[in-house]
Amino acid sequence: MAEPGQGSLIAMIVDQDSATGLLLTGVGHSDLRKRTNFLIVDDKTTQSRIEEAFREFTTREDVAVLLINQVIAATIRHLMDAYNKPVPAILEIPSKDAPYDPSQDSVLQRVRFMFGEA
Amino acid sequence: MSTQNRYTCTPTVSVLGVMKARLGGATKGHSLLKKKADALNMRFRQILKKIVDTKEEMGRVMKASFFTLTQAKYACLGDFKHTVFDSVDQASIRVRASTDNVAGVKLPKFESLKEGQGSKLGLIGLGSGGKQIQECRKSFMKAVDLLVELASLQTAFLTLDEAIKTTNRRVNALEHVVKPRLENTIAYIKGELDELEREEFFRLKKVQSNKKKHQLAAEALEKARLAALAAEKEQEEQDKPGPSPILAAIKKVANDFY
Repeated sequence: MAEPGQGSLIAMIVDQDSATGLLLTGVGHSDLRKRTNFLIVDDKTTQSRIEEAFREFTTREDVAVLLINQVIAATIRHLMDAYNKPVPAILEIPSKDAPYDPSQDSVLQRVRFMFGEA
Repeated sequence: MSTQNRYTCTPTVSVLGVMKARLGGATKGHSLLKKKADALNMRFRQILKKIVDTKEEMGRVMKASFFTLTQAKYACLGDFKHTVFDSVDQASIRVRASTDNVAGVKLPKFESLKEGQGSKLGLIGLGSGGKQIQECRKSFMKAVDLLVELASLQTAFLTLDEAIKTTNRRVNALEHVVKPRLENTIAYIKGELDELEREEFFRLKKVQSNKKKHQLAAEALEKARLAALAAEKEQEEQDKPGPSPILAAIKKVANDFY
Protein backbone atom coordinates (compact mmCIF):
# COMPACT_ATOMS: atom_id res chain seq x y z
CA MET A 1 0.00 0.00 0.00
CA ALA A 2 1.13 3.47 -0.82
CA GLU A 3 0.34 4.99 2.55
CA PRO A 4 0.25 2.32 5.21
CA GLY A 5 -2.58 2.50 7.68
CA GLN A 6 -4.70 4.58 5.38
CA GLY A 7 -6.42 1.82 3.50
CA SER A 8 -6.42 1.02 -0.20
CA LEU A 9 -7.95 2.78 -3.14
CA ILE A 10 -10.88 2.07 -5.38
CA ALA A 11 -9.73 2.20 -8.99
CA MET A 12 -12.08 2.87 -11.87
CA ILE A 13 -12.26 2.37 -15.61
CA VAL A 14 -15.52 4.12 -16.36
CA ASP A 15 -17.26 6.48 -18.73
CA GLN A 16 -17.66 10.20 -18.05
CA ASP A 17 -21.02 10.07 -16.29
CA SER A 18 -20.05 7.27 -13.93
CA ALA A 19 -16.75 9.01 -13.29
CA THR A 20 -18.50 12.27 -12.43
CA GLY A 21 -20.75 10.55 -9.94
CA LEU A 22 -18.08 8.39 -8.38
CA LEU A 23 -15.44 11.09 -8.17
CA LEU A 24 -17.98 13.35 -6.52
CA THR A 25 -17.97 11.01 -3.53
CA GLY A 26 -14.23 11.41 -3.09
CA VAL A 27 -12.84 8.08 -4.25
CA GLY A 28 -10.56 9.81 -6.72
CA HIS A 29 -6.88 9.95 -5.90
CA SER A 30 -3.84 11.37 -7.56
CA ASP A 31 -0.45 10.93 -6.06
CA LEU A 32 2.65 13.10 -6.13
CA ARG A 33 3.47 12.14 -9.67
CA LYS A 34 -0.10 12.96 -10.74
CA ARG A 35 -0.81 9.31 -11.25
CA THR A 36 -4.56 8.86 -10.90
CA ASN A 37 -6.55 5.84 -9.85
CA PHE A 38 -9.13 6.18 -12.61
CA LEU A 39 -9.39 6.12 -16.36
CA ILE A 40 -12.20 8.01 -18.02
CA VAL A 41 -13.19 6.28 -21.20
CA ASP A 42 -14.78 8.21 -24.04
CA ASP A 43 -15.08 7.66 -27.78
CA LYS A 44 -11.48 8.61 -28.36
CA THR A 45 -10.01 6.17 -25.85
CA THR A 46 -8.32 3.31 -27.62
CA GLN A 47 -8.69 -0.30 -26.66
CA SER A 48 -4.99 -0.59 -25.92
CA ARG A 49 -5.25 2.32 -23.50
CA ILE A 50 -8.03 0.49 -21.64
CA GLU A 51 -6.03 -2.71 -21.57
CA GLU A 52 -3.00 -0.87 -20.29
CA ALA A 53 -5.05 0.77 -17.54
CA PHE A 54 -6.55 -2.58 -16.60
CA ARG A 55 -3.12 -4.12 -16.28
CA GLU A 56 -1.86 -1.16 -14.27
CA PHE A 57 -4.75 -1.18 -11.81
CA THR A 58 -4.68 -4.93 -11.31
CA THR A 59 -0.98 -4.89 -10.52
CA ARG A 60 -0.90 -1.78 -8.34
CA GLU A 61 -0.33 -2.54 -4.69
CA ASP A 62 -2.64 0.13 -3.33
CA VAL A 63 -5.75 -0.84 -5.27
CA ALA A 64 -8.25 -3.10 -3.55
CA VAL A 65 -11.30 -2.78 -5.77
CA LEU A 66 -11.52 -2.07 -9.49
CA LEU A 67 -14.78 -0.80 -10.91
CA ILE A 68 -15.40 -1.26 -14.61
CA ASN A 69 -18.44 -0.28 -16.62
CA GLN A 70 -20.04 -3.35 -18.03
CA VAL A 71 -19.85 -1.98 -21.57
CA ILE A 72 -16.13 -1.37 -21.21
CA ALA A 73 -15.61 -4.74 -19.56
CA ALA A 74 -17.15 -6.36 -22.61
CA THR A 75 -14.42 -4.90 -24.81
CA ILE A 76 -11.63 -6.37 -22.71
CA ARG A 77 -13.45 -9.58 -21.86
CA HIS A 78 -10.39 -11.69 -22.69
CA LEU A 79 -8.39 -9.91 -19.99
CA MET A 80 -11.25 -10.17 -17.51
CA ASP A 81 -11.58 -13.88 -18.07
CA ALA A 82 -7.86 -14.45 -17.75
CA TYR A 83 -7.77 -12.54 -14.49
CA ASN A 84 -8.19 -14.81 -11.49
CA LYS A 85 -6.68 -13.08 -8.48
CA PRO A 86 -8.93 -12.30 -5.52
CA VAL A 87 -7.38 -8.89 -4.85
CA PRO A 88 -8.04 -6.40 -6.37
CA ALA A 89 -11.62 -7.44 -6.78
CA ILE A 90 -13.08 -6.54 -10.16
CA LEU A 91 -16.62 -5.30 -10.16
CA GLU A 92 -18.72 -4.70 -13.23
CA ILE A 93 -21.04 -1.77 -12.74
CA PRO A 94 -23.80 -0.49 -14.97
CA SER A 95 -23.29 2.73 -16.89
CA LYS A 96 -25.76 5.46 -17.45
CA ASP A 97 -26.63 4.49 -20.99
CA ALA A 98 -26.59 0.74 -20.50
CA PRO A 99 -28.63 -0.62 -17.60
CA TYR A 100 -27.25 -3.48 -15.62
CA ASP A 101 -27.42 -6.81 -17.39
CA PRO A 102 -26.84 -9.66 -14.94
CA SER A 103 -26.51 -12.24 -17.67
CA GLN A 104 -23.25 -10.66 -18.87
CA ASP A 105 -21.52 -10.55 -15.53
CA SER A 106 -18.87 -13.26 -15.42
CA VAL A 107 -19.12 -13.72 -11.68
CA LEU A 108 -22.89 -13.75 -11.67
CA GLN A 109 -22.84 -16.29 -14.44
CA ARG A 110 -20.86 -18.58 -12.22
CA VAL A 111 -23.21 -17.91 -9.33
CA ARG A 112 -26.17 -18.84 -11.47
CA PHE A 113 -24.37 -21.95 -12.61
CA MET A 114 -23.82 -22.95 -8.99
CA PHE A 115 -27.45 -22.35 -8.17
CA GLY A 116 -28.54 -24.42 -11.12
CA GLU A 117 -26.23 -27.14 -9.95
CA ALA A 118 -27.11 -26.97 -6.27
CA MET B 1 -4.95 -55.69 -8.16
CA SER B 2 -2.99 -55.96 -4.98
CA THR B 3 0.24 -56.38 -6.87
CA GLN B 4 -0.13 -53.12 -8.77
CA ASN B 5 -1.93 -50.69 -6.53
CA ARG B 6 0.36 -50.65 -3.55
CA TYR B 7 3.54 -49.06 -2.34
CA THR B 8 6.78 -50.87 -2.99
CA CYS B 9 8.18 -51.93 0.34
CA THR B 10 9.83 -54.82 2.07
CA PRO B 11 7.21 -56.91 3.84
CA THR B 12 8.39 -56.75 7.42
CA VAL B 13 6.66 -56.25 10.73
CA SER B 14 8.14 -52.79 11.19
CA VAL B 15 6.98 -51.64 7.75
CA LEU B 16 3.55 -53.05 8.57
CA GLY B 17 3.50 -50.87 11.67
CA VAL B 18 4.50 -47.83 9.62
CA MET B 19 1.81 -48.52 7.03
CA LYS B 20 -0.84 -48.98 9.69
CA ALA B 21 0.16 -45.65 11.22
CA ARG B 22 -0.08 -44.02 7.80
CA LEU B 23 -3.51 -45.51 7.22
CA GLY B 24 -4.63 -44.14 10.58
CA GLY B 25 -3.29 -40.72 9.63
CA ALA B 26 -4.98 -40.83 6.23
CA THR B 27 -8.32 -41.76 7.80
CA LYS B 28 -8.08 -38.97 10.33
CA GLY B 29 -7.05 -36.46 7.67
CA HIS B 30 -9.89 -37.57 5.44
CA SER B 31 -12.52 -37.01 8.09
CA LEU B 32 -11.04 -33.64 9.05
CA LEU B 33 -10.89 -32.45 5.44
CA LYS B 34 -14.45 -33.57 4.93
CA LYS B 35 -15.53 -31.44 7.87
CA LYS B 36 -13.60 -28.51 6.45
CA ALA B 37 -15.26 -28.93 3.08
CA ASP B 38 -18.66 -28.95 4.77
CA ALA B 39 -17.88 -25.75 6.68
CA LEU B 40 -16.68 -24.04 3.49
CA ASN B 41 -19.72 -25.17 1.57
CA MET B 42 -22.02 -23.80 4.23
CA ARG B 43 -20.36 -20.42 4.05
CA PHE B 44 -20.36 -20.57 0.28
CA ARG B 45 -24.12 -21.06 0.11
CA GLN B 46 -24.68 -18.09 2.40
CA ILE B 47 -22.50 -15.93 0.19
CA LEU B 48 -24.20 -17.08 -3.00
CA LYS B 49 -27.56 -15.93 -1.75
CA LYS B 50 -26.20 -12.60 -0.61
CA ILE B 51 -24.26 -11.97 -3.79
CA VAL B 52 -27.30 -12.32 -6.01
CA ASP B 53 -29.37 -10.02 -3.81
CA THR B 54 -26.63 -7.41 -3.59
CA LYS B 55 -25.97 -7.43 -7.33
CA GLU B 56 -29.60 -6.77 -8.03
CA GLU B 57 -29.72 -4.04 -5.45
CA MET B 58 -26.58 -2.54 -6.94
CA GLY B 59 -28.35 -2.36 -10.32
CA ARG B 60 -31.22 -0.47 -8.70
CA VAL B 61 -29.06 1.89 -6.65
CA MET B 62 -26.85 2.75 -9.60
CA LYS B 63 -29.89 3.54 -11.68
CA ALA B 64 -31.19 5.87 -9.00
CA SER B 65 -27.77 7.47 -8.70
CA PHE B 66 -27.57 8.15 -12.41
CA PHE B 67 -30.97 9.75 -12.24
CA THR B 68 -29.82 12.13 -9.53
CA LEU B 69 -26.75 12.86 -11.64
CA THR B 70 -28.97 13.85 -14.54
CA GLN B 71 -30.99 16.03 -12.22
CA ALA B 72 -27.84 17.70 -10.98
CA LYS B 73 -26.63 18.31 -14.49
CA TYR B 74 -29.92 19.88 -15.39
CA ALA B 75 -29.94 22.06 -12.32
CA CYS B 76 -26.37 23.07 -12.85
CA LEU B 77 -27.06 24.55 -16.28
CA GLY B 78 -24.15 22.95 -18.03
CA ASP B 79 -21.74 20.25 -17.16
CA PHE B 80 -19.86 20.28 -13.90
CA LYS B 81 -17.83 17.21 -14.67
CA HIS B 82 -14.66 19.11 -15.47
CA THR B 83 -14.78 20.79 -12.10
CA VAL B 84 -15.08 17.35 -10.53
CA PHE B 85 -12.27 15.84 -12.59
CA ASP B 86 -10.00 18.73 -11.76
CA SER B 87 -10.64 18.64 -8.06
CA VAL B 88 -9.31 15.14 -7.62
CA ASP B 89 -6.59 15.13 -5.03
CA GLN B 90 -6.31 12.74 -2.12
CA ALA B 91 -8.91 10.02 -1.84
CA SER B 92 -11.29 10.62 1.05
CA ILE B 93 -13.01 7.28 0.62
CA ARG B 94 -10.72 4.36 0.91
CA VAL B 95 -11.04 0.66 1.43
CA ARG B 96 -9.69 -1.18 4.40
CA ALA B 97 -8.89 -4.80 3.74
CA SER B 98 -9.07 -7.27 6.58
CA THR B 99 -9.27 -11.02 6.58
CA ASP B 100 -11.96 -13.34 7.79
CA ASN B 101 -11.06 -16.90 8.71
CA VAL B 102 -13.31 -19.79 7.75
CA ALA B 103 -11.92 -23.22 8.56
CA GLY B 104 -8.38 -22.07 7.94
CA VAL B 105 -9.22 -20.29 4.69
CA LYS B 106 -8.46 -16.60 4.72
CA LEU B 107 -11.22 -14.57 3.11
CA PRO B 108 -10.40 -10.98 2.26
CA LYS B 109 -12.97 -8.53 3.55
CA PHE B 110 -13.32 -4.91 2.49
CA GLU B 111 -14.70 -2.05 4.48
CA SER B 112 -15.15 1.45 3.18
CA LEU B 113 -13.37 4.08 5.16
CA LYS B 114 -14.29 7.76 5.11
CA GLU B 115 -11.66 10.29 5.97
CA GLY B 116 -12.92 13.80 6.46
CA GLN B 117 -14.60 15.73 3.70
CA GLY B 118 -13.29 16.29 0.24
CA SER B 119 -12.70 19.99 0.85
CA LYS B 120 -13.19 21.10 -2.72
CA LEU B 121 -16.02 18.70 -3.46
CA GLY B 122 -18.29 20.36 -0.95
CA LEU B 123 -18.04 23.59 -2.85
CA ILE B 124 -18.94 22.31 -6.29
CA GLY B 125 -22.07 23.88 -7.66
CA LEU B 126 -21.85 26.92 -5.47
CA GLY B 127 -23.05 28.93 -8.42
CA SER B 128 -26.06 26.85 -9.27
CA GLY B 129 -27.54 23.44 -8.61
CA GLY B 130 -25.56 22.89 -5.41
CA LYS B 131 -28.34 21.04 -3.68
CA GLN B 132 -28.84 18.61 -6.54
CA ILE B 133 -25.13 17.97 -6.70
CA GLN B 134 -25.01 17.20 -3.01
CA GLU B 135 -27.99 14.87 -3.44
CA CYS B 136 -26.18 13.18 -6.26
CA ARG B 137 -23.10 12.90 -4.08
CA LYS B 138 -25.04 11.27 -1.27
CA SER B 139 -26.65 8.86 -3.67
CA PHE B 140 -23.31 7.85 -5.13
CA MET B 141 -21.86 7.48 -1.63
CA LYS B 142 -24.51 4.90 -0.95
CA ALA B 143 -23.68 3.21 -4.23
CA VAL B 144 -19.97 3.12 -3.39
CA ASP B 145 -20.69 1.54 -0.01
CA LEU B 146 -22.75 -1.09 -1.71
CA LEU B 147 -20.07 -1.64 -4.33
CA VAL B 148 -17.44 -2.16 -1.68
CA GLU B 149 -19.67 -4.66 0.08
CA LEU B 150 -20.25 -6.40 -3.20
CA ALA B 151 -16.54 -6.47 -3.93
CA SER B 152 -15.97 -8.07 -0.57
CA LEU B 153 -18.63 -10.70 -1.24
CA GLN B 154 -17.33 -11.38 -4.71
CA THR B 155 -13.77 -11.83 -3.51
CA ALA B 156 -14.93 -14.17 -0.79
CA PHE B 157 -16.91 -16.06 -3.41
CA LEU B 158 -13.91 -16.54 -5.67
CA THR B 159 -11.57 -17.46 -2.84
CA LEU B 160 -14.05 -19.91 -1.35
CA ASP B 161 -14.70 -21.46 -4.72
CA GLU B 162 -11.01 -22.12 -5.14
CA ALA B 163 -10.62 -23.41 -1.57
CA ILE B 164 -13.57 -25.77 -1.93
CA LYS B 165 -12.16 -27.18 -5.12
CA THR B 166 -8.78 -27.85 -3.53
CA THR B 167 -10.32 -29.38 -0.43
CA ASN B 168 -12.56 -31.65 -2.48
CA ARG B 169 -9.61 -32.75 -4.54
CA ARG B 170 -7.73 -33.63 -1.39
CA VAL B 171 -10.69 -35.49 0.10
CA ASN B 172 -11.13 -37.52 -3.06
CA ALA B 173 -7.42 -38.21 -3.42
CA LEU B 174 -7.28 -39.53 0.13
CA GLU B 175 -10.43 -41.57 -0.27
CA HIS B 176 -9.82 -43.08 -3.67
CA VAL B 177 -6.05 -43.22 -4.06
CA VAL B 178 -4.13 -43.10 -0.81
CA LYS B 179 -6.41 -45.18 1.40
CA PRO B 180 -6.95 -48.12 -0.99
CA ARG B 181 -3.27 -48.16 -1.72
CA LEU B 182 -2.36 -48.29 1.96
CA GLU B 183 -4.94 -50.98 2.58
CA ASN B 184 -3.57 -53.03 -0.29
CA THR B 185 -0.06 -52.63 1.03
CA ILE B 186 -1.11 -53.77 4.48
CA ALA B 187 -2.93 -56.78 3.04
CA TYR B 188 0.12 -57.61 0.96
CA ILE B 189 2.46 -57.39 3.93
CA LYS B 190 0.17 -59.52 6.06
CA GLY B 191 -0.07 -62.17 3.34
CA GLU B 192 3.65 -62.15 2.90
CA LEU B 193 4.26 -62.46 6.65
CA ASP B 194 1.84 -65.39 6.88
CA GLU B 195 3.62 -67.05 4.04
CA LEU B 196 6.93 -66.59 5.81
CA GLU B 197 5.50 -68.03 8.99
CA ARG B 198 4.23 -71.12 7.18
CA GLU B 199 7.61 -71.61 5.59
CA GLU B 200 9.31 -71.27 8.94
CA PHE B 201 6.92 -73.80 10.51
CA PHE B 202 7.55 -76.27 7.72
CA ARG B 203 11.27 -75.80 8.04
CA LEU B 204 11.17 -76.49 11.78
CA LYS B 205 9.11 -79.63 11.24
CA LYS B 206 11.55 -80.78 8.62
CA VAL B 207 14.51 -80.16 10.91
CA GLN B 208 12.82 -82.05 13.69
CA SER B 209 12.05 -85.05 11.55
CA ASN B 210 15.58 -85.05 10.19
CA LYS B 211 16.95 -84.93 13.69
CA LYS B 212 14.81 -87.92 14.67
CA LYS B 213 15.98 -89.89 11.68
CA HIS B 214 19.60 -89.19 12.49
CA GLN B 215 19.08 -90.16 16.11
CA LEU B 216 17.47 -93.44 15.18
CA ALA B 217 20.31 -94.27 12.87
CA ALA B 218 22.84 -93.42 15.56
CA GLU B 219 21.01 -95.57 18.07
CA ALA B 220 20.90 -98.52 15.70
CA LEU B 221 24.61 -98.19 15.19
CA GLU B 222 25.24 -98.04 18.91
CA LYS B 223 23.11 -101.10 19.45
CA ALA B 224 25.03 -103.05 16.83
CA ARG B 225 28.29 -102.02 18.40
CA LEU B 226 27.13 -103.05 21.88
CA ALA B 227 25.88 -106.34 20.53
CA ALA B 228 29.25 -106.98 18.95
CA LEU B 229 30.98 -106.06 22.19
CA ALA B 230 28.71 -108.36 24.16
CA ALA B 231 29.41 -111.21 21.78
CA GLU B 232 33.10 -110.65 22.21
CA LYS B 233 32.75 -110.61 26.01
CA GLU B 234 30.80 -113.80 25.96
CA GLN B 235 33.50 -115.38 23.93
CA GLU B 236 36.00 -114.30 26.54
CA GLU B 237 33.80 -115.56 29.37
CA GLN B 238 33.53 -118.91 27.85
CA ASP B 239 37.30 -119.01 27.81
CA LYS B 240 37.51 -117.90 31.45
CA PRO B 241 35.84 -119.77 34.30
CA GLY B 242 33.26 -117.92 36.46
CA PRO B 243 31.15 -115.19 34.92
CA SER B 244 31.71 -111.68 36.06
CA PRO B 245 28.57 -110.41 37.81
CA ILE B 246 29.12 -106.84 36.74
CA LEU B 247 29.37 -107.64 33.08
CA ALA B 248 26.29 -109.77 33.26
CA ALA B 249 24.38 -106.93 34.88
CA ILE B 250 25.48 -104.48 32.17
CA LYS B 251 24.47 -106.93 29.52
CA LYS B 252 21.09 -107.32 31.10
CA VAL B 253 20.50 -103.60 31.34
CA ALA B 254 21.63 -103.11 27.77
CA ASN B 255 19.27 -105.83 26.60
CA ASP B 256 16.41 -104.32 28.52
CA PHE B 257 17.13 -100.93 27.18
CA TYR B 258 17.33 -101.85 23.55
